[in-house]
Amino acid sequence: MIRVEGLSKTFRDGFQALVDVDLEIYRGEIFALLGPNGAGKTTLISAICGLVNPSAGRVVVDGHDNVRQYRKARALIGLVPQELTNEAFTTVWDTVSFSRGLFGKAKDPTHIEKVLRSLTLWEKRDNRLLELSGGMKRRVLIAKALAHEPQVLFLDEPTAGVDVELRREMWEVVRELRNQGVTIILTTHYIEEAEEMADRIGVIRRGEIVLVENKHELMSKLGNKELTLHLHEPLDAVPTALSGHGLALTDEGHALVYSYDAASQEESSSISGLLADLEAVGLRVKDLHTRQSSLEDIFVSLVQERA
Amino acid sequence: MNLQSVKTLYLAEMARSLRTVLQSIISPVISTSLYFVVFGAAIGTRISEVDGVSYGAFIVPGLIMLMLLTQSVSNASFGIFFPRFSGSVYEILSAPMSYVEVVIGYVGAAASKSLILGLIVLLTARLFVPYSIDHPLMMLVFLVLTAVTFSLLGFIIGIWADGFEKLQLVPLLVITPLTFLGGTFYSIDMLPPFWQTVTLANPVVYLVSGFRWSFYGISDVSPLVSLLMILLFLSVALAVLSWIFKSGYRLKP
Repeated sequence: MIRVEGLSKTFRDGFQALVDVDLEIYRGEIFALLGPNGAGKTTLISAICGLVNPSAGRVVVDGHDNVRQYRKARALIGLVPQELTNEAFTTVWDTVSFSRGLFGKAKDPTHIEKVLRSLTLWEKRDNRLLELSGGMKRRVLIAKALAHEPQVLFLDEPTAGVDVELRREMWEVVRELRNQGVTIILTTHYIEEAEEMADRIGVIRRGEIVLVENKHELMSKLGNKELTLHLHEPLDAVPTALSGHGLALTDEGHALVYSYDAASQEESSSISGLLADLEAVGLRVKDLHTRQSSLEDIFVSLVQERA
Repeated sequence: MNLQSVKTLYLAEMARSLRTVLQSIISPVISTSLYFVVFGAAIGTRISEVDGVSYGAFIVPGLIMLMLLTQSVSNASFGIFFPRFSGSVYEILSAPMSYVEVVIGYVGAAASKSLILGLIVLLTARLFVPYSIDHPLMMLVFLVLTAVTFSLLGFIIGIWADGFEKLQLVPLLVITPLTFLGGTFYSIDMLPPFWQTVTLANPVVYLVSGFRWSFYGISDVSPLVSLLMILLFLSVALAVLSWIFKSGYRLKP
């Protein structure tokens, strides 16, 4: 749906915000662009939407070059910016209708009504924007972006500064849009959000895409699992009979931690070996649990590794 | 041409001034009317005729120009400055519109507003001073060209300004002095010869002179020169704007 080729951006002050970015967004997916603050997420989105002139490279949206065929390319895109930017004195209805017209679409009150209802803004349609809460203002921005029935929706940090309940609602809205066939690209520095929402995840760091991967593959590929065994009686040291398993003693000798790679068949079969050895040594296990590293762990290790 | 987008932008800009009807329509009409009352009806009767026209009537074209210039500049500059300031300009820039269309929307609305104001003031002036219009068609041509040119100038200022202070700077420090010294209240012939020459460097002289000619057939410089000068200003403004959009100055990093 969107193809980014060799996109670079160096700002006038010499800051290189994007470094030779290649990226492909598939039709109908939710793509999360994950990265720390200042990594180039917003610059990348801005370059695709035509808000920033790239220094090199090009962007193709559904076959339309976003510079030479900017009309066709831009008409397909809806953008929800990070900042709450609104003309304070217009009403919800007017501002959303304005957005539709601005993108060259004829008036369609039924569509506007549908959009407002789906974002639970219908009751507020006659309110002026300055009367709305922050969460409502953000929904208005989403409504504005959807007013012209875009096929691609960019959400720049959609849930930054939004409370948990509203965040869940936003996620619902985004899923609903995906079900309608809208391709969604969201940037976030909340890993939870990417983990919850995305089909694929791209990690951007210092203007470079360091990784693009299907979420599940990413998690299983990089995901370490930990098996923690809580013991009845504390140990001073790992028994020699168990030394081959690479166990670590924690919790002042009350727990044994076994780390393994969830994706590896060979290693997971060794769990049974470990348990058999435990039995043989006569250690009594009170409780056990496993933990899969979250995207956050993966992300932190990825960013640190290459820093 | 993406007519739907242009129309939407234009109407939204027009609606903005309707929301603030007091500030954008009533206040300029009242402040200009005060000039008519003071200089036209009150003091004007004691001032001798200028080129065979009563003083009250003489200043009507100049005052309308004064209002037209300041309103065009302030309308257009605010129109684009505010979205830049609030950040909502992202929507305009990401819309499937060409720069020409964006300019038509913003500048067209600003020029229409000052044109409407100019006509309202023209009618209001009639209440205080009698005047005649010898060349109504040329009067309209001057009015439209000036409104468009100075709305373009305002649009440029709105892009150039990076704060409210700069937004006020040009209208206060440049436009108003130039208008007052541009023959609004006097004929250039009244000045000493040296200053007559200096004054010719003031662009507003040509606007006022041409506009006054369309009323009474009297002018400081030939109406053709006035017309050519306005067209020159218009081309300069368009050239600056095309550079702005080509370079992305202040709009697209």
